[in-house]
Amino acid sequence: MNLINKDILGIEPLSREEIEGILDTAVSFKEVSTRQIKKVPTLRGRTIINLFFEASTRTRTSFEIAGKRLSADVINISASTSSAVKGESLLDTAYNLEAMNPDLLIVRHGVSGAPHMIAKHIKCPVINAGDGAHEHPTQALLDLLTIREHSKQLAGLKVAIVGDIAHSRVARSNIHAMLKCGMEVTVVGPPTMIPVGIECLGVKVLHNLEEAVAQVDVVMMLRIQLERQNEGLFPSFREYSNLFCLTADKLKNSRKDILIMHPGPVNRGIEIALDVMEGPHSVILDQVNNGVALRMALMYLLLGGGSETDH
Amino acid sequence: MKLIIKNGRVIDPANNIDGDYDVVIDKGVIQSVTPSGKMKEDSTAKIIDAKGCIVAPGFMDMHVHFREPGFEYKETIESGCESAAAGGFTTVAMMPNTNPVNDNRSVTELMISRAKAHGKVQALAIGAITKGLKGETLSDMGDLKEAGVIAFSDDGRPVMNNQVMRRALEYSRMFDLPLIQHSEILDLTHGGCMNESRISTELGLKGMPTEAEDIMVYRDIALLEKTGGRLHVAHISSGESVELVRRAKAKGLAVTCEVAPHHFSLTDESVRGYDTNTKMSPPLRAQSDIDAIKAGLKDGTIDIIATDHAPHDLADKQADYHSACFGIVGLETALPLSLRLVDEKVLTLPQMVEKLTSRPAEIFKLDQGTLGVGKQADVVIFDPSEEYKVEAAKFKSKSKNSPFDGWPVKGRVSNTIYKGKITYTK
Amino acid sequence: MNADEMNRAITRIAHEILEKNKGTQDLALVGIRTRGVVLANRLRDKIAEIEKTTLDMGILDITLYRDDLATGKDTPVLQDTDIPFPIDGKKVVLCDDVLFTGRTIRAAIDALVDFGRPAQVQLAVLIDRGHRELPFRPDYVGKNIPTSKEMRVKVQMTEEDQKDQVIVIQPEEKTS
Repeated sequence: MNLINKDILGIEPLSREEIEGILDTAVSFKEVSTRQIKKVPTLRGRTIINLFFEASTRTRTSFEIAGKRLSADVINISASTSSAVKGESLLDTAYNLEAMNPDLLIVRHGVSGAPHMIAKHIKCPVINAGDGAHEHPTQALLDLLTIREHSKQLAGLKVAIVGDIAHSRVARSNIHAMLKCGMEVTVVGPPTMIPVGIECLGVKVLHNLEEAVAQVDVVMMLRIQLERQNEGLFPSFREYSNLFCLTADKLKNSRKDILIMHPGPVNRGIEIALDVMEGPHSVILDQVNNGVALRMALMYLLLGGGSETDH
Repeated sequence: MKLIIKNGRVIDPANNIDGDYDVVIDKGVIQSVTPSGKMKEDSTAKIIDAKGCIVAPGFMDMHVHFREPGFEYKETIESGCESAAAGGFTTVAMMPNTNPVNDNRSVTELMISRAKAHGKVQALAIGAITKGLKGETLSDMGDLKEAGVIAFSDDGRPVMNNQVMRRALEYSRMFDLPLIQHSEILDLTHGGCMNESRISTELGLKGMPTEAEDIMVYRDIALLEKTGGRLHVAHISSGESVELVRRAKAKGLAVTCEVAPHHFSLTDESVRGYDTNTKMSPPLRAQSDIDAIKAGLKDGTIDIIATDHAPHDLADKQADYHSACFGIVGLETALPLSLRLVDEKVLTLPQMVEKLTSRPAEIFKLDQGTLGVGKQADVVIFDPSEEYKVEAAKFKSKSKNSPFDGWPVKGRVSNTIYKGKITYTK
Repeated sequence: MNADEMNRAITRIAHEILEKNKGTQDLALVGIRTRGVVLANRLRDKIAEIEKTTLDMGILDITLYRDDLATGKDTPVLQDTDIPFPIDGKKVVLCDDVLFTGRTIRAAIDALVDFGRPAQVQLAVLIDRGHRELPFRPDYVGKNIPTSKEMRVKVQMTEEDQKDQVIVIQPEEKTS
């Protein structure tokens, strides 16, 4: 299986066949992480750079473990964007890294489109590890992998994505991925957190959590960024959690086999109640576990076949 | 030196002329405009054969940023004037968001004298409405007028405070100069970098809704109705704002407005791909806004075309979309983009010329923008059918930030003449 | 090689495995994808027939251990590896359809030792066509087929290809 583009910048440019191919490959990679020696020599001698302009523990670690289990050399670089870093230095950073001949660059940036700009200017493949409020493709893929493990097929499944849709790259990538795979998506949140024109993507909009979870097979809770309260998107955390915290009570009319997901890190008691998070429907830790296999699969698919320049 | 422009189609909207004429220029002024072929041979004159070309008054762009003083790495008055001449312009008006801001006589005098020294384009200065563009205290408008400013604007920043805007409208009445407003309610656009739409949602970029423009246009018109004075709405981009201006004009209020070529040429669809040359303020809007703008151009609601020429060097644009500067260069693409309106039958050729010449002259009370006998000989000659590709790298402007780079276009300036002297030849 | 010949060869290999290992004690089979798995399955069935015991069996996908990944243009499709028993101390018989350069076997052994420390690794192949590039010698061979390097040996097995046969394709036939 070959991917069409050199980079993975988002789900939007991927075809359904590519998505399914990535998921199939990821399934095969899960086995490696169950071995006592959790390492295969596939990417021996390859260099992978984790370039993170935004703080992240989970995603960065997941990429790092994935690279190391494939025997690649993984280097982590954290760059701060706090001091209004100009694009010139963003590109300069990329050019400097490229001069060291990495085989893969993994980029997270607080601004939508920043990894696209880097990818346009450098030769090695780029994986977007989250850009602004745009896309977080590996998260959506691992989410689909997790759902697929619990349901026979993706097509026809109904999903509710709940929370700050406006500022969520996880939501956007999942919407693209799920719709491409034939799923039905409803976004749920206060109108202040539902972005203009979202329904044009092909999703339904609801503002009542209980009503939404009664209709779906999967509910995906998003993290509420604590600073959003200052922007006036909701009056208080108390009010938000009254309306949108997933509790056992709000789940009382839901399917018995509903899946509950969260990309983490979780604000316990604000978007999801502790007992629900740790309850039988929660697959939050499966998501984390699948993240490594999924990222190994992408690294393999981007680097496994060699590159044009190798010849 | 005497100059004769022969065999061209002369379009001079102010004098209702559209036909084949020969134009004679001497001593910096128009000597005669006579039907083609009726003129006697004159071996002392330089002849320009304008066959197949349009001969029109030199274009006027009442909205440019020449970045001097303060940001000479982006543009200087000299490079800006070269760019203007290459675009067929003989008059431009320079916005005051320089460093220091043009809110006092010394900056005005510097800008005007720099332009005069270069001498290829009449570069006029627009003074600040408020000191430091801060939106708090009015600038010394009387002194600025005496120094030569032709209008007031805090362009780039709107005058947010209602009371300050009301005072500005009232106070400026003494000088009979228009206030040019960059209409944008900042609390609605804070952090935004493109039009708010399904596309900003898909791209995950913070939107700048059209209401931000509409509300300020409405407020200014409401104030104007009470205060009198003259209001000129800069770079109108929202369909609703066009309608607000239309209604105000119907009421007989002294409101005029301009549109920039990019706002009738591109929609926010072109932001896909995150090319920072699609980032400007106001942002590229929806197709429905373009349709309303075209209707406004057609029925005269939109008075003039002005480029909002906003040069930025590579470093300012080669940034992530959020951090990149707003604005694009416009002087050297204005003609071909405006000619598209003629092709689409939005405007007739004379109407297009009017919006680039006599109408701006009228609004800003300049005795120019026409080929009337005895007037200053500012002329542009262009071939409306020459096809070529826009090459930003060849722009005379110091900056190359144009989303139109590589576009196949039609219509090219072959000569620009300012005060009877050829300032640009293709 | 036709279906009967193939069946006889596999039966013989099953007997040889039992003979050499003196029964089924600590014995396990690991098939290399794809047709090595078919061979391993058939050997397990034969041995079960003879000895009335079913051997442990694993499946190995050697893709991640290949030494030619960076030079190939296409990314090979990765399939599951499944070794559902501890291989420490086992006598593992690696099974593959064709033994050629030996590079697949190198990869398979590398993969295998990542799962533990087998007491012994033996190699069973249906066809040995020569041209080794690494020092491997099979313990059990269905048939030696002398070939030139350019020829292709195509093993077809019912489970994958609807019939049992081995055909040798001449290079000129391939291009025609």
